Amino acid sequence: MKIGFNQINKHFGEVHANADITLDVQSGMIFGILGENGAGKSTLMKILSGFIQPDSGEIVLDGKAVSIETPADAIKFGIGMLHQDPLDFPPMQVIDNFIVGQRGGLILSHKDVIKAFRELQSQFDFSLDPDAYVDTLTVGERQQLEILRLLWLGARVLILDEPTTGISIQQKEKLFAALKVLAGQRKTIIFVSHKLEDVEVLCDQVAILRKGYLVGQVDAPYDTDQLVEMMFGKQIVLKELESVAQDKVVFELQDLYIEQYPLAIENVNFSLRAGEVIGLAGMEGSGQDVVLRACTGLLRPVSGRVIVNGTDLTGKNYLEFMQNGVAFLPASRLEEGLVPGLTLAEHFTVTTEDKQQLFIDKAYFRQKSEQMIEEYHIIGRPETPVESLSGGNQQRAALSLLKDSLSIILLEHPTRGLDIESTIYMWDKLKERCKLGTSIFFISGDLDEILRYSDRILVFFSGRVSPPLDSATVSLEQLGQLIGGKGWAKEFGDEETYEASTNP
Amino acid sequence: MKQARTRSLSILFQLGGLILAFGFVTLILLSIDANPAEAFRLIWQGAVGNSTRIASVFVVWVPLVLVTCGVLVTFTAGLWNIGIEGQITLGAIFTTGVIRLFLDTPVHPVLVIVLSILAGMVGAAIWAVLAGLLKVFGGVNEIFGGLGLNFIATALNIGLIFGAWSRPGVASMSGTEPFPEAYWLPTFQNFRFSWYSIALTVVGLVVIYFLLQGTHFGLRLKAVGKGIKSAFRLGIPTWQHMLLSFLICGLFAGLAGALQVVAVYHRLIPAISSGYGFMGLMIGMLINYQAIWVAPIALFFAALNIGGIQLPIVMKLDSTLTGVLQGSLVLFILLMQGVKQRVLGNK
Ligand SMILES: Nc1ncnc2c1ncn2[C@@H]1O[C@H](COP(=O)(O)OP(=O)(O)OP(=O)(O)O)[C@@H](O)[C@H]1O
Ligand SMILES: [Mg+2]
Repeated sequence: MKIGFNQINKHFGEVHANADITLDVQSGMIFGILGENGAGKSTLMKILSGFIQPDSGEIVLDGKAVSIETPADAIKFGIGMLHQDPLDFPPMQVIDNFIVGQRGGLILSHKDVIKAFRELQSQFDFSLDPDAYVDTLTVGERQQLEILRLLWLGARVLILDEPTTGISIQQKEKLFAALKVLAGQRKTIIFVSHKLEDVEVLCDQVAILRKGYLVGQVDAPYDTDQLVEMMFGKQIVLKELESVAQDKVVFELQDLYIEQYPLAIENVNFSLRAGEVIGLAGMEGSGQDVVLRACTGLLRPVSGRVIVNGTDLTGKNYLEFMQNGVAFLPASRLEEGLVPGLTLAEHFTVTTEDKQQLFIDKAYFRQKSEQMIEEYHIIGRPETPVESLSGGNQQRAALSLLKDSLSIILLEHPTRGLDIESTIYMWDKLKERCKLGTSIFFISGDLDEILRYSDRILVFFSGRVSPPLDSATVSLEQLGQLIGGKGWAKEFGDEETYEASTNP
Repeated sequence: MKQARTRSLSILFQLGGLILAFGFVTLILLSIDANPAEAFRLIWQGAVGNSTRIASVFVVWVPLVLVTCGVLVTFTAGLWNIGIEGQITLGAIFTTGVIRLFLDTPVHPVLVIVLSILAGMVGAAIWAVLAGLLKVFGGVNEIFGGLGLNFIATALNIGLIFGAWSRPGVASMSGTEPFPEAYWLPTFQNFRFSWYSIALTVVGLVVIYFLLQGTHFGLRLKAVGKGIKSAFRLGIPTWQHMLLSFLICGLFAGLAGALQVVAVYHRLIPAISSGYGFMGLMIGMLINYQAIWVAPIALFFAALNIGGIQLPIVMKLDSTLTGVLQGSLVLFILLMQGVKQRVLGNK
């Protein structure tokens, strides 16, 4: 199906999220939408899929202007969208989730649906278990399910809003292959991202948005520098980074044993030095999030000790860890990171360390949030409720809320959803803290990020933890093998458990 | 400008709800062959017809405002303090208990009154914190915990009235033996209405308004109410805040119960909470948890309550009709809020 956006405008208060966007997408192609955080990508896609209404302008499908008022309308026109922040998944079985969406008319028997499901997924080489429960699936698998469900509903246009954040490399390859198959079937794919490397390998054509405006359209093959220039209005250079780790040990895990069904993680021994950055690599659910939570008091280890700055905090709760200079930033931004319904200024007020008298000094906190908004380049205002910030801006807000003097920061996917410029900027900010002696533990699904920013790396594979690897001596391929469970024997010897050495 | 438009729109929707509620009650009245205009006139007259009636409205206004102030605190923390009825009752019981304790002692009655009010507040706060403890440490949803505690409070109250504290010889539904006049909160002229109650209520209102709008504590409560996981992660001790909100709500419920005893009934009666707790919850929902609206809306509800007394007297209608009106007001206004969200929502 051919899609036309005709002079689409959308305002949110003073923000002009989409300004006069006119754009054509031919059928049978993978069309990329690139843009920095807050550029208006999700907004444009939500308009196409009926989640929000434009202030003016129209959507033209195969030459006919249509009005899409609800997501149900959109799917009737054959348009399905995978959201950036996945919607809630009820604890249903995969196959029931699939059946629920079934359109009226002929009712298929359970057996037939399972058969249809298997046929459909075999086209894309997906291997979902129809009887598994949705809440046990990884992000990537949920995404596969969602694609199948939308196709089953008759989608001829598939919109994917930043589908590659939070999924493994293998899943990403599978996803790309599936999208190519779909394009071959004359389906239209709209792929929203700010990851140039993804867009470059996948898309036949891209449109670039900046600050709500369409900057231009480019056909493959691309010139990366040109795309960057169009996205950000300037060139972006990667600086060389150096380690600022000191010798002082600030954090120790001793013989840690943690259980979190279905994982049991044994014998974790590790010391973190001041100013050091440690990356935790592994496929989702391999145990890295469990260890991170045990390091913050959110999860109680079965045995072993957690020592922060010489103080044994084993068994203490998260607030006590916080008082000892440990901060944690989880991946689910609106569930555990920020409080929906509270404004930015209110967030700076509740997390403040100064001006804690009885009454809130509103002028002071307004000014403080304006200053932080400026410093962290958050597109928003002090009175903006956090849930209406764009994905990337929510992440910046979460980072900007970290207290000043911290000895350890634990981060889950710190730059998930951030564009390159912001990623570089965030790491600059974090590295500045490292220079002052703050250490960082972070999980990322992006192996490039892990290699680039870590001093040392811990690899996780189904509950096993590797000894620390020096990031200077590991290659991307090696790391990719290890998180897939290959090459452990060769790399670390044949033992069942691995003692991490204290002195690298 | 856009904000002003949304605000006036939302007032329009509230008005719509109001009209629908009155329309609904009109239909009910018509269906039982009663004259709606006459009924509404009677309610109006019943509320403001003479100074005694106006005074009575304020007698109801006092506990309604106090209770609503209390539930706003628990609402802000995201909690449904259904146990508020029991908390009022406990407040009344503690107050009565303290007065009985000092009745035949040389302690000055003024001191006794003050002590008894404080005791009522503490008693209700204990009852409220109990619901909180059940929630935080027992994993019992505060709604169920509150319901259970309400039953116990009622049973305790009835038990005392017919048992330990019963009138010599005649235990009856009319309550315990009234206290001597020295232990009454002074009333204004011959009315049932006391300036002291009004003053305490106004102080309570001001405290709650500033607590919720202007303090760090109020904002932290709001954060807990809106997203407990995130709030905890941002460093707010969440269960402590939940318990504190129960405690504060209990203090207010206790004050309401205490004033019912020392200023209105001068004894403990079986229906001492008079359903004001539930009404406070309704008002809280109706005003969408904004403290600024407590006083006027509570006044409106109090007027309906007092005015409604005329219906059974004059028109031989059931007095629960005002309850129907109040309930449908809440339902229709909430309904209109939902409609408003749908209409404005994705625009
Ligand atoms: N519901 C909303 N209310 C108010 N402002 C909004 C709302 N949704 C989006 N915005 C604003 O519109 C702008 C564009 O947001 P959008 O989500 O489309 O960005 P995006 O390109 O998807 O960014 P990201 O890469 O960070 O996801 C942002 O400035 C955002 O704050
Ligand atoms: Mg987006």
